[in-house]
Amino acid sequence: MSSVQNEPPEQADVSAPAALADGQSESPTLWQRVSATLFSSTSPLWIFIALVVIVAVFGVLRPSAFLSSFDIKTIFIDAAVVMMLSVGMTFVIITAGIDLSVGSVLVISGVLAAKVMIAAGGGAAHAATAGWGPIFAGIAVGLLVGLLWGVINGSLIALLGLPPLIVTLGTFGMALGLADVITGGVDVAGIPTKLGNTIGSGQVGPIPWLVLIAAVVTIVFGLILHMTRFGRYTYAIGSNPESARRAGINVNWHLIKVYALAGLLSGLGGVLSLAYFTTTTISGHATDNLTAIAAVVIGGTSLFGGRGTMFGTVVGVFIPVVLASGLVIMNVQSFWQQVVIGAILILAVYFDQLRRRARLRP
Amino acid sequence: MTDIVQAGASNSRFDGSAAPILEARAINKTYGHVEALRGANFSAYAGEVVALVGDNGAGKSTLIKLLSGVAQPDSGQILFEGSPVHIGSPSAAQRLGIETVYQDLALAPDLDGAANIYLGREPLRSGVLGKLGVLDKRAMRDQTTRTFTDLGIGIRDPSAAVAYLSGGQRQGVAVARAALWASKVIIMDEPTAALGVVQSERVLDVVRRVRDRGLAVVLVSHNMPQVLSVADRIQVLRLGRRVATFSRVEATLESLVAAMTGALEQGDDS
Repeated sequence: MSSVQNEPPEQADVSAPAALADGQSESPTLWQRVSATLFSSTSPLWIFIALVVIVAVFGVLRPSAFLSSFDIKTIFIDAAVVMMLSVGMTFVIITAGIDLSVGSVLVISGVLAAKVMIAAGGGAAHAATAGWGPIFAGIAVGLLVGLLWGVINGSLIALLGLPPLIVTLGTFGMALGLADVITGGVDVAGIPTKLGNTIGSGQVGPIPWLVLIAAVVTIVFGLILHMTRFGRYTYAIGSNPESARRAGINVNWHLIKVYALAGLLSGLGGVLSLAYFTTTTISGHATDNLTAIAAVVIGGTSLFGGRGTMFGTVVGVFIPVVLASGLVIMNVQSFWQQVVIGAILILAVYFDQLRRRARLRP
Repeated sequence: MTDIVQAGASNSRFDGSAAPILEARAINKTYGHVEALRGANFSAYAGEVVALVGDNGAGKSTLIKLLSGVAQPDSGQILFEGSPVHIGSPSAAQRLGIETVYQDLALAPDLDGAANIYLGREPLRSGVLGKLGVLDKRAMRDQTTRTFTDLGIGIRDPSAAVAYLSGGQRQGVAVARAALWASKVIIMDEPTAALGVVQSERVLDVVRRVRDRGLAVVLVSHNMPQVLSVADRIQVLRLGRRVATFSRVEATLESLVAAMTGALEQGDDS
C-alpha cells in the first residue's frame, strides 16, 4: 500500500461561485432523521435500548438474583467465547462475507491444543500437573491452527473466487470431521489443571480471566475496525470491491487477512473454552456459527457488507445471554430465549432493509 | 506533431511546440473476437479539455481503460510527457498524476465523502499511532471540506455516507477525488450522463476550472452540445481508430456527426 503518493499535489486555490449539487431538495424529514439515528447500523441505538430494557425488566422483577455480582459474572463468562467468534465474524460480514466454520475451527483448535498440552506435559498420566511450558505450547498451537484454517478459508474465497457460504460450509464439516478423526469422537480431558485454575476459572481482582481477555480482544479489534486503515479497507471492500480495487487496495490479500483473523479468534475461542471446561467440547459447537452471525446481525451489521460496528456486535452478543440468564431466574422455560432471539434477528434484518431502501436512487 | 488540425494554434496553452502530456500511438486491443481498438491514436496536452467522442462501440471506453491503467494494450505505445510508459494498474496511473472519474464513479457507497476521496491513500496519524495504522480522520475531513469548497461542491454533511447523496453530489465526490489527486491528467468518462441540466453545467464549470489550473482533462461524452461548449479540442473515434481531430472553432455538430458515422473521413496520419 505504501507506494502510492500520500500527499495530494500542491494546487492553487480556485474560487467557486456555484455549488455543484442542488441544495434545496436535500434536507431529510424529521422522521427520516429520527429513524436514521435510531435504526441505522452506524448507530445501533434501538438494539442497545432493547438490551437496557431487558436488563431493566429482569432487574425490577428479580433485583436480588439478577443483579447479584455472581449472576453478572456468569453472564459475562457465558458471553466471552461467543464474543471471540463474533468479533471475527463482524469483520467478515462487513466485507459482505460469511464464516460458517468458526465453531468447528474452535473445536479443532481446542482438540489440538489439548493434545499438545498432554503430549508436552508427559502423557495423559502426568499432564494434569504440567507447568506453563506445555500450556503455552498448547495455546500457541491452538491459535496457529485457527489462523491456518482462516488462511485456507480466505485463500479459497479470494483467490479461487468461491462463495464464502460454500467454502466455509465445507471447512465447517472438514474441521469438525478432522477433530472427530483425531479424537475418535471422544473428548480430550486431562489437560493441565493450572490452565483451568487460572484462565479457566481464575480472576484478576474481581474480574475473571476469561472476561478480561475477551474484553481486551474486543476493544483492540473494535479500535482496529474503526480507527485504522485495516478497518477502513474492510468497510470499503464490503461496500464496493471493484471501487476498492480501483483505489489501489489489494482486495484479495485483505480478504485473506480478514478470514485469517476470524480463524485466529476462533482458535482463541477454542483455547478459552478448553480452559473453562477443562476438556474439549466437540459436540457442543455445532450452532456457534449461527449464534455469532445472529449476534453480529442483531448488532446492526449489514449482511450486504459495508456497514457495522463493534459496539453493535457487543450488544448483539449480550442480548441472548442476558435473556437466557434472566429467564432461568424467572423460572420461565429458557427455550423462550430462542423464540425471542429469532424475532429480534428478523427485526434487525428488516431495519437494515429499511435503511437500504432509504438510499436515494442513482 | 502531425495532427491534421493544429487545434491549439490560436491558443498559447497548447501551441503545438510542446509534446502531448499523454499520448497513445497505434494502439490495438482485442477482446475475444472483438477488435475494440485498431491502430488508435490519441493525444492530450496540458491545459486543455480534449473531448473523445464516437458512436457506441467506437472504442472510447477501451481507450479510457488503457489510459487509466485498468487494462493494457495488445500492441502500440502509450507516452507520458513524451516518453513511453507501461501503465500496469490504476495505481500506476495515479503515480503518474493521472486520475480517472469512472462512469460508475467507483465510490464505496457506505463510506462518507472524505473516506472515498482518500480511499487507498489515507493519511495516518504521526508517531506510534501512525505506525499502528491509525487514520488521521481530521486531516482527511479538513482537506475534503476545502476541496469541496474550492470546487464548489455543495455537500452539507461531509460525514454522510455517499449512498445518501444525490446523483450530482456523488458526481461531485468523484470529481473532487480526481481533482485533489491529479497533478497532470484527469480522465472523465461520461461525467454528466446521470445529471440534470443545472448539475451538468456545474460539473462542466469544475472541468474548466481544473483545466485552468494547467491539467489536461480528457472528457468522454455522448452529449455533443456539451462537448462543443467545453472542449478545446475534439477527437473522434470510429471503429477503433481516430478518424478526425477538430479544434473548438472549426467543430460543428454536423461535422462531428459526419465523422462519427463515417460520412466524413479526415484521415489520421499521426
